Amino acid sequence: MPAVNRADLDFMLFDWLGAERLTALPRFAGQSAEDYRAFLDLAERLAENEFLPTWKPSDSAEPALGADGEVRLHPGVRDAVRAYLDAGLQLATVDEAHGGMQLPITVGTAAMACIMAANIAASGFPMLSQANARVIAAYGTPRQIELFARPQHEGAALGTMCLSEPEAGSSLGDITTRARPAGADEAGRRFRLTGRKMWISGAGQDITPDTIHLVLAKIENDDGTLPAGTKGISLFLVPRLLPEIAPGGSGPNDLAIAGLNHKMGYRGISNCLLNLGEGTRHRPGGEAGALGWLVGEPGQGLAIMFQMMNEARINVGLGAAALAWRGYLLSRDYAFERRQGRPLEDRRAPAPVPLVRHPDVRRMLLAQKAIAEGALALCLYTARLADLAATAGTEEERSRAHARLDLLTPVTKSWPSEFGLEANHMAIQVHGGYGYTRDFDVEQLYRDNRLNPIHEGTTGIQGLDLLRRKIMGDGGAALAALLEEVRATADRAAAGPGAALAPGLRDAAGALEQAARSATGAADPVMPLAHATAFLHAAGHVVVAWLLTDMALVAGAPEGRLWAARHFHDTELPRVAAWLAPLGAGSRAALDAPDGAL
Amino acid sequence: MKVLVPVKRVIDYNVKVRVKADGSGVDLANVKMSMNPFDEIAVEEAIRLKEAGKVEEVVAVSIGVKQAQETLRTALAMGADRAILIVAADDVHQDIEPLAVAKLLAKVIEEEEPGLVLCGKQAIDNDMNATGQMLSALLGWSQAMYANKVEIEGDHAVVTREVDGGLQTVKVKMPTIISTDLRLNEPRYASLPNIMKAKKKPLDEKTAADYGVDVAPRLEVVKTAEPPTRKAGEMVGSVDELVSKLKEAGVV
Ligand SMILES: Cc1cc2nc3c(=O)[nH]c(=O)nc-3n(C[C@H](O)[C@H](O)[C@H](O)COP(=O)(O)OP(=O)(O)OC[C@H]3O[C@@H](n4cnc5c(N)ncnc54)[C@H](O)[C@@H]3O)c2cc1C
Ligand SMILES: Cc1cc2nc3c(=O)[nH]c(=O)nc-3n(C[C@H](O)[C@H](O)[C@H](O)COP(=O)(O)OP(=O)(O)OC[C@H]3O[C@@H](n4cnc5c(N)ncnc54)[C@H](O)[C@@H]3O)c2cc1C
Repeated sequence: MPAVNRADLDFMLFDWLGAERLTALPRFAGQSAEDYRAFLDLAERLAENEFLPTWKPSDSAEPALGADGEVRLHPGVRDAVRAYLDAGLQLATVDEAHGGMQLPITVGTAAMACIMAANIAASGFPMLSQANARVIAAYGTPRQIELFARPQHEGAALGTMCLSEPEAGSSLGDITTRARPAGADEAGRRFRLTGRKMWISGAGQDITPDTIHLVLAKIENDDGTLPAGTKGISLFLVPRLLPEIAPGGSGPNDLAIAGLNHKMGYRGISNCLLNLGEGTRHRPGGEAGALGWLVGEPGQGLAIMFQMMNEARINVGLGAAALAWRGYLLSRDYAFERRQGRPLEDRRAPAPVPLVRHPDVRRMLLAQKAIAEGALALCLYTARLADLAATAGTEEERSRAHARLDLLTPVTKSWPSEFGLEANHMAIQVHGGYGYTRDFDVEQLYRDNRLNPIHEGTTGIQGLDLLRRKIMGDGGAALAALLEEVRATADRAAAGPGAALAPGLRDAAGALEQAARSATGAADPVMPLAHATAFLHAAGHVVVAWLLTDMALVAGAPEGRLWAARHFHDTELPRVAAWLAPLGAGSRAALDAPDGAL
Repeated sequence: MKVLVPVKRVIDYNVKVRVKADGSGVDLANVKMSMNPFDEIAVEEAIRLKEAGKVEEVVAVSIGVKQAQETLRTALAMGADRAILIVAADDVHQDIEPLAVAKLLAKVIEEEEPGLVLCGKQAIDNDMNATGQMLSALLGWSQAMYANKVEIEGDHAVVTREVDGGLQTVKVKMPTIISTDLRLNEPRYASLPNIMKAKKKPLDEKTAADYGVDVAPRLEVVKTAEPPTRKAGEMVGSVDELVSKLKEAGVV
């Protein structure tokens, strides 16, 4: 069974988001909907023929670290990613000036959804590399772009992001990887790096000869101390293979994979402890210390890295949505085939009926459908904001898209991650005992998806980002603009077959607005933040209810859209008020309970 | 030398085919279509011959509805140099029969004068396995069907054919018509950059009338039906029970 449903994807992309309208923007001039469909066809074929067949085998045969210090991936993963790079998909959204196809991020995101649904772990390689190369293209010097982005564009290298350390995950201000100045050359200011990076996806791989690491580190002060906090963080380009211009010429950099993490899911991609500057295996120019080149200015590291993180965050949401979607499709098929039990209205029926006749099973299918389609819509909508923020016709449109993108990024990262996992839980449930076995696919979907609330900033961190920075930080202006559109959609729904959806949507929008107001006005700014995750879920529910409604209102929308929206409104939207009530009431139970009470 | 590759737009091999309610054929409305897989192998082989320096130009031809130009774009993106679309039907449900296709191809060949025609052995929609052979008869050219390996040696082609019970190698005089079997090669993906570049490659559009060929169907479809659904299996407790069940069913 295919991992994706193209009809659903095409509906969202073309009928709902009007992707072909983007061709009116100068950046996309000369492109057409046919180009976008041909791109999606290619992505879908790669997904089905290359990524899907290796999804299960690479789950049971994890990457291995050889005695030679090299990581060996499952060969199927290697071949799938190789096929992706050979097909040039990594060039989809890259500027023409850099040899790219300059297609919209919206369309690139839809194509990536196909790959992710088929094999989320293997998709991590191109996903990280594309985000990495985009940072270099945006902030690197022309020589840095040529040395470090171009090989990724050409499929000769893959990229990683090296932020986390064993002692600094959520709190990057506390990283201790150290950079000492080591001269300069045509690629910029050179440094020697020492330190340990933890959890680095794809740091060791045998797909491409080179790996380009983007590393956060601190430039040491004259007295050997490290600058404090996030303002002391700088960004470095650290290739596995050094270019000719490096001291001592080309050769391996002073990097070592010190170990692999053994994960619950997502096993197709290596996850590494990466040591920089051990000086044991390789000593470029006769000295210990990994050679790296500064990107941007000292102290700008985190700000620049946020570009990569924001793109990666949307992609985490997308992966979670894709897995929810696949679980929904699998369990729907199963429910139509498996016969079990008698219908509620005829308990003496002679023969068992398909599972889909049971209201409880129908509940689980509709709930999954709403989550999967809502999450996917959220990601595609956010991707379009990224296109508009960069390329819309007027400055005003760009800054409006930018503000919305900023507001929604934590929601787009975490809502699909949290609720996509709930969807996968239901996909297993619909399969009954079979769903718990490895003979079926849904248990792996669940294990793969369980990562998504953790990496790229945990759900807790996203909640703080939304409530503290994006709501309390701007006095609620971006939220107000969003809710205005939500209400406009409610008004449109009220006038047609979606009328039943309007009141719930308005109420939920009102509750969110009220909660944002009480948070902003709270005498104690810590109390509201204790409810940040609940606020995040509530905001996500409002946004998803809005998007589901908006899609259902598209002329000619399949009738399933309206039913998914209705089910979500009836069963899920009431949770919004419950999530927000403790904030409104100023609940301090979690804050005040003594440690001994936990 | 020039190679001509006919390509057909067919229902995608991944699609679960559904028979129309009135039994007149297969439902093709809003169904994913793509290039006939055997034709993809033919395009791949033509491109490989070009890459090996045996061929100068690869021309893809498709006959059918206007949307077949997407199929030609795929051929161009894979590496064909130019394409010819012959619009012969408005309705996606109208199949152009092998004889009409062969006649149209014969006309195109008159104009283009290729040294080789590489076609798929059959199209996966109707499984006719006839066009290449008919074309050979119309032109009086040699033919080598079901190719598993193709080598061009001067004015001859040496073709290994898949036949019942093994492989057979034949040497045919050029110009010739070769049809491709499944194991001839593994077609490449048209890369994204090549898909974008293919938009700029020439695609000529003609109609069947331009060539004076009548494409009206000569065959009558009497009925199209789904294969019988498989009945549910049954667990048996012992070999004896199995034997008695089989006897009951009248199969032993
Ligand atoms: C499979 C995998 C792949 C990864 N890939 C990469 C990668 O490629 N590159 C990279 O740099 N990193 C990567 N990471 C690291 C990932 O981003 C971190 O795991 C994540 O940021 C959490 O950090 P931590 O694991 O140290 O947990 P902690 O920071 O120890 O967090 C533990 C818990 O405490 C909560 N918490 C922590 N601080 C706060 C706070 N201030 N307020 C409220 N709650 C808080 C968190 O929400 C979480 O629930 C990966 C992780 C995994 C598991
Ligand atoms: C690891 C494991 C250990 C087990 N150990 C044992 C054991 O030791 N002994 C033993 O006898 N069994 C055992 N079982 C079987 C277990 O009790 C069944 O898996 C369970 O009862 C569900 O049945 P099922 O798997 O056939 O799912 P199904 O009955 O097919 O159910 C599939 C889904 O449909 C729903 N559904 C089915 N019928 C209805 C209905 N009428 N109305 C509403 N919803 C319905 C279910 O709630 C479920 O969500 C085990 C199962 C597992 C996975």
